[in-house]
Amino acid sequence: MSLTLLVEQILNGMQFGVTLFLTASGLTLVFGVMGLINLAHGSLFMVGAFAAAATAAATGSFLLALAASIAAAAAAGAIIEVGVIRRLYARDHLDQVLATFALILIFSEGTRWLFGSFPLYLSIPDALAGPVTLPGGIRYPLYRLMTIGVGLVIALGLYLLITRTRLGIRIRAGEADREIVAALGVDISRLYTVVFALGAALAGLAGALVGAIQSVQVGMGEPVLILAFVVIVIGGIGSIRGSLVGAILVGLTDTLGRFLLPGFFRLFMDNSAATSVGSALASMLIYVLMATILIWRPTGLYGARA
Amino acid sequence: MKTRNLLLAACAAALIAGSAAAEAVKVGMITTLSGGGASLGVAIRDGFMLAVKQAGAKDLEVIVEDDQRKPDIAVQLADRMIQSDKVDILTGIVWSNLAMAVVPAATAQGKFYISPNAGPSALAGKGCHKNYFNAAWQNDNLHEAAGAYANQAGYKKSFIMAPNYPAGVDALNGYKRFYKGELAGEVFTKLGQKDYASEIAQIRASGADSVFFFLPGGMGIAFLKQYAQSGVDIPLIGPAFSFDQDILQAVGDAALGVRNTSQWNKDLDNPANKAFVEAFVAEYGRLPSLYASQGYDTANLILSAMAKADVKDADAFRAALEAADFDSVRGAFKFGPNHHPIQNIYVREVIKEGDVYTNKTIGVALENHADAYAKDCKM
Amino acid sequence: MSREAVLNLILAAGFLVFPLWAWMAEEPFLITLATRAAIFAIAGVGLNIALGYGGLVSLGHAAFFGIGGYAMGILASHAQTYTPLLEWPFLVEGTKSMPVIWIVAMLASALAALAIGALSLRTSGAYFIMITLAFAQMLYYFAISWPAYGGEDGLPIYVRNGFPGLNTLDPIQFFALVYALMLATIAVAALVRRAPFGLALNAARQAPERVRAVGISPYRLRLAAFAISGTITGLAGALFADLNRFVSPAMFSWQTSGEIMVFVILGGTARLFGPVAGAALFIALEHLLGGVSDYWHVFLGALLLLVVLFGRNGVVGILAGQEARRG
Repeated sequence: MSLTLLVEQILNGMQFGVTLFLTASGLTLVFGVMGLINLAHGSLFMVGAFAAAATAAATGSFLLALAASIAAAAAAGAIIEVGVIRRLYARDHLDQVLATFALILIFSEGTRWLFGSFPLYLSIPDALAGPVTLPGGIRYPLYRLMTIGVGLVIALGLYLLITRTRLGIRIRAGEADREIVAALGVDISRLYTVVFALGAALAGLAGALVGAIQSVQVGMGEPVLILAFVVIVIGGIGSIRGSLVGAILVGLTDTLGRFLLPGFFRLFMDNSAATSVGSALASMLIYVLMATILIWRPTGLYGARA
Repeated sequence: MKTRNLLLAACAAALIAGSAAAEAVKVGMITTLSGGGASLGVAIRDGFMLAVKQAGAKDLEVIVEDDQRKPDIAVQLADRMIQSDKVDILTGIVWSNLAMAVVPAATAQGKFYISPNAGPSALAGKGCHKNYFNAAWQNDNLHEAAGAYANQAGYKKSFIMAPNYPAGVDALNGYKRFYKGELAGEVFTKLGQKDYASEIAQIRASGADSVFFFLPGGMGIAFLKQYAQSGVDIPLIGPAFSFDQDILQAVGDAALGVRNTSQWNKDLDNPANKAFVEAFVAEYGRLPSLYASQGYDTANLILSAMAKADVKDADAFRAALEAADFDSVRGAFKFGPNHHPIQNIYVREVIKEGDVYTNKTIGVALENHADAYAKDCKM
Repeated sequence: MSREAVLNLILAAGFLVFPLWAWMAEEPFLITLATRAAIFAIAGVGLNIALGYGGLVSLGHAAFFGIGGYAMGILASHAQTYTPLLEWPFLVEGTKSMPVIWIVAMLASALAALAIGALSLRTSGAYFIMITLAFAQMLYYFAISWPAYGGEDGLPIYVRNGFPGLNTLDPIQFFALVYALMLATIAVAALVRRAPFGLALNAARQAPERVRAVGISPYRLRLAAFAISGTITGLAGALFADLNRFVSPAMFSWQTSGEIMVFVILGGTARLFGPVAGAALFIALEHLLGGVSDYWHVFLGALLLLVVLFGRNGVVGILAGQEARRG
């Protein structure tokens, strides 16, 4: 195993982590501010990807497709917030789980109704296609480098939004004490709609960015949802910083586990047994990571003490 | 439920016609029509129903139900079709794990099961049954052909990759059964995995001269797109599942030029195939996929047996199925001793015709190929 | 008698009358459907002890459901091929006897629930939801990639296991068995709720400090509830495997955990017969809507949404009104 391969795998883990962060940040924002468990977050991810694929097919422009993914997911988010979600803030987590589970069913089969059963085409623009050579002779896909960049910019943007803007102050205040903020004259329900739409937009953007190098199909949201939950729980619910750290931790663990574990078992097993045991263990690794972290720190890495 | 109404109409027509002859043959189709795997089930159903429509068979009733790709739902539907609907023949299942849940119990109850897709090794070897027929392939066949093609193409150092589940293990074993070169690497991925950056980096570093991969559905779409972006240009080989007509449009340019193995392609030169492709396009407005061709052949196999024997006479009907006296869209087709096909497996290349991505047949990987498990089958 | 008690009686009777009617009408499939609903109800009764009485929202009960299923699959597959399960240090043979399988399934899931519970109960709230999910996912991926018992293809059992004195292959007799077990687990749940243990558990859910103040450890109470809960869900898993004559890793999937949870919430959390009502309604909807359209999930989703938004505390809550809160 060469050093460049290891460096490349670390880069891959970072990139996987950053794409996870895009989905997880919206989820943790909504959870932190409104205390809402939103299982339909993966559906908003799917809405973004489908909107991007449809727009790219119609216009041929990737930038327009990204814009459409943000707009469509934000719109879908605002609609379900006003129609359904806002009735759930006062309910316990169980009602939220059931209602958002119902939303998954509606979104998934509704999308299939509109777009058919077959996967859609969405690819990256020619300008971003192909690999670039990094210092040290590593050839790395340009698009993946760009997603790392976009993810980090969004992380910075969210940080600034929450610490430096008026909206951010309201969000933090709403998180701390809903009644007082309302009493001070802030329209709390509009604030919630805005936050929910923002979270949805982030999920939609992630769907489009990821859809371009993976596949755009019905059901693409659920595995991402589970991973996003893993990330926010590791990082501590409600913490944007935690979800960034958690996402990169999950990305690195998963990528390096898949890469290193079979090799590790090959040291004392025959080749094909090592391959199969190593990869079986690798597929369980992020859940082992999450359980270990929660046993060690029951509210995640950056979570408020219970 | 369009299909259902259509069939009810067909039945009503049959009643009006007052055919006092044999009762209608009832076929229960359990397939995946909702959720992420629906495209395969829809293709099988569409192919099957096209053949039924063309035959205009009034004495054939088809009941179509959605298994949601869940084994327990499939078992429940099979129970219902056997107990309440009193079907004679079951068919339609897409996935091996669902087939394993349904087929042994159905055949044990004296029903016929004709598989339009899944062909797990357990049902081809020791677990074979006289009432179980597979009209598509044994699971290993296309992978074996890929191994044979790798020899023909002169590859000496393959990197091989599949998800870590039984069909994936079978795929790699099938490839290795025929491939004679050495392995540059062997990797099992996580089932449902969508990011292949790590595997692609290993492929790049392995010094391989060819990459064999089996990644069905969305996994294959994701891998092909990412591989094309990585700048690695080691040639790919795979079974047809990742290059099927319905998926290719979602992969686009990333699949162009890839060689893949299949028992069928739309350009196979035989009259039955030409008629099938034409009729399918006219009926559904899209090109047929591999799965649609399998559904179509399955229906024609059943129709050919119905013409020869009464389904209530199980021995005669079985003999009629074994004869496989129908014009397969694959050209020559016959059953081996374990009721799995003996057929040619072709090499195809992905091309672009106008705006449509599709496959072109470029050669034969294996001629009259039978599966490796037939010798373990004792009926 | 309270309204809820009347409703419970109607539910229990209806659950018996429907399959008997189906038996008279010679509709064996409807009996199978009712059996399926009853098995899901048992799984829900199990989850309800943790979720309803203990306030422990577990999204990992598929782990116990699957362990129960595999206990049946592994024992029966060894019996069916006449190979011993274990030869060393002592000989263990497979079995096709339901009572033995049930006991093994319950013991195995009880042990798993103790282990998972002991670790998971260090957390609470959404963290608890996710850590239980994590353990179930570990088992799911293990079952998929572990080749000995079929991996993702699963493990078919050709003949349903036997129960002394009954022909379990006959749908109505198998239903009767499952129905009896369903009533038995409901009785256990009722007992748990009324016993001092249950009262303490309820108190630990509402005011853990007070429970601690009287010298009881809430952690131990919760762990015991979680273990009982997992045990019952494990039994349901073994029955489910016998109903389908098939086990597969799908039993471990997070969708299974989600569905069991939906039965409980749909029926009415912490209601004794809530899971029964929830499972029956869900199975009925699935069966009736499945014939309406290829896209029937949309309608199922819309109906579930209406129940959550406009009915407080599930179906039993809508029909029986607010529960009279005890002390």
